[in-house]
Amino acid sequence: MALLTVENLKTYFHTDFGLVKAVDGVSYEINEKEIIGIVGESGCGKSVSQLSTLQLITSPPGQIVDGKVIFEGRDLLQFSANGSEMRSIRGGQIAIIFQEPMTSLNPTLSVFQQIGEMLELHLKMDKEMQRKHSIELLKQVGIPDAERRIDDYPHQFSGGMRQRVMIAMALSCNPKILIADEPTTAVDVTTQAQLLALMQNLVNQYNTSLIIVTHNLGVVARYAERIYVMYAGRIVESGTCDDIFNQPKHPYTIGLLKCVPRLDEAEGTKLVPIEGLPPNLINMPSTCAFLPRCPYSIDKCREEVWPPLKRVNGQYVSCYVDTRR
Amino acid sequence: MKQRRKRQEKFMEERPPMSGWRRFARVFFGRKVVLFGLIVLALYVLIAIFADLIAPYDYKQINLQQVLAQPSGEHLLGTDTAGRDVLSRLIYGIRPTLIVGSATILIAAVCGTILGLIAGYFGGWIQTIIMRCIDALMGFPMLLLALVIAAVLGGGMKNIIIALGVASIPTFARVMCAQTLIIKENDYIIAGRSLGFTNWHLMWNHIVPNAFPPLVILATMNIGMVILMEAGLSFLGIGIQAPDAAWGSMVSAGYNRLTSNPMLSVAPGIAIMLIVFSLNMVGDGLRDAVDPRLRGTL
Repeated sequence: MALLTVENLKTYFHTDFGLVKAVDGVSYEINEKEIIGIVGESGCGKSVSQLSTLQLITSPPGQIVDGKVIFEGRDLLQFSANGSEMRSIRGGQIAIIFQEPMTSLNPTLSVFQQIGEMLELHLKMDKEMQRKHSIELLKQVGIPDAERRIDDYPHQFSGGMRQRVMIAMALSCNPKILIADEPTTAVDVTTQAQLLALMQNLVNQYNTSLIIVTHNLGVVARYAERIYVMYAGRIVESGTCDDIFNQPKHPYTIGLLKCVPRLDEAEGTKLVPIEGLPPNLINMPSTCAFLPRCPYSIDKCREEVWPPLKRVNGQYVSCYVDTRR
Repeated sequence: MKQRRKRQEKFMEERPPMSGWRRFARVFFGRKVVLFGLIVLALYVLIAIFADLIAPYDYKQINLQQVLAQPSGEHLLGTDTAGRDVLSRLIYGIRPTLIVGSATILIAAVCGTILGLIAGYFGGWIQTIIMRCIDALMGFPMLLLALVIAAVLGGGMKNIIIALGVASIPTFARVMCAQTLIIKENDYIIAGRSLGFTNWHLMWNHIVPNAFPPLVILATMNIGMVILMEAGLSFLGIGIQAPDAAWGSMVSAGYNRLTSNPMLSVAPGIAIMLIVFSLNMVGDGLRDAVDPRLRGTL
């Protein structure tokens, strides 16, 4: 059985302009020691789905309307949002790394104070142990001179370093699942590669499962075993990393791959952007949300509702069209 | 040309990196008036501590042979209607002034911060209830509110502190509430929640330290105002009364002899003016040194 199973998760936001169905019936699962990727463009609901699993959606305006988040046999959505069960799972069992390292650390507390309070909360360590363990963690995430840097404040670290500190904090209590919400968006490309390699190493070492949430297919290509592609609050395609990259089936996935440069392509091949804009999530039509931008659309797409995921050769695709032809 | 090169060289000279404290000190002491205020405050505190050694006479000593004496070598600032030495009373008067000022601000800051923090953090109906009560409290003129409380509880230093403390809560509550609303939207608060911290932990360990600079500055600036109000209450006869020495009541006792014995009122008046001015200047300097962005908001 999977370590974490999300079933039919629906998170809606009530705004002044109408109901936004940010996450509309998303299901996915992750096994122990597995790395999965959740890919989609800005505003497709990938971050919200992750925040929802830990009930971190601010309510109002957000609300988890429906769904199940089964973690180790318990439905996390049954717990009250700020109750002690939920708090012990956050950070202790499932930890999140956010995308903005510059603002995700408290500027008035030293790095030691911030890692230390995690250790105190979840592992009940005393100050001396906290210090030893924190230094150990900083060394593991590759911060040089950890004994001295541990008393530094966040502003004394660079962006990449801060993200390393965030990784150290997230892993400090040895969680079962690490959710990395666009962990490399705010750092430059060389640092990106280092951070990803570091995370892969650490999750292997700690036997942690990793969910990489990103808009960059290149980020997940190398590390993820399975990939879920999201569009407008739903998963439109899922499958193993190889399948998605070698034989994408949903028009959106095909479009995404066409606009990423590849090394195995003939020289001079032009990148093809996806035409149009992502849909406004307010007052969505019941038909496929990708329809206005889809080059493959047929009459059936315009007449019938958005199709559910169906199995095609080991992948799951939500599309009426057989794009292989 | 030569001048330009000289300037260039000066610019390129190696300068040691400036630590946070050095930068703070440079801005803080950079303005002479702030330094002046700080020196005045330090003097006041020293005088208050060593009043017994400095004061030439016992401030309660009534001497009916020397009623309303003019300033002279014997009594530098003359004597009041009961023959008490004005200078000695002025010196001892610092004590209640400083105690009332700091105790009041302590009460107001603690209560105001807690109320503002709770209101801002939880929002919704909790915020509405707390902040509307604060608004109602603010609707009364501060002095009038203090007057009513003092009238109900009676005079004396303790009641003055309570009265002024309650009257000063709204300022702190409003600032803290606004700060909390801003700070709680930061990523590190969401990150903190995702790491499993309780609301109380986030409020005390993450929001309060970040809201500290404006609060400290507000406190410094408000001490002056509280001292002024204490003097006002004492002037009106509700505050600290003779034979205890308080500047406000000294001004009030002397004001109908302004023409014959001006020092009776003018001396404590100047003392009040000086400390309020100093506190305001130090508050200003603190604001500019701690967080230049607060200029104009506080």
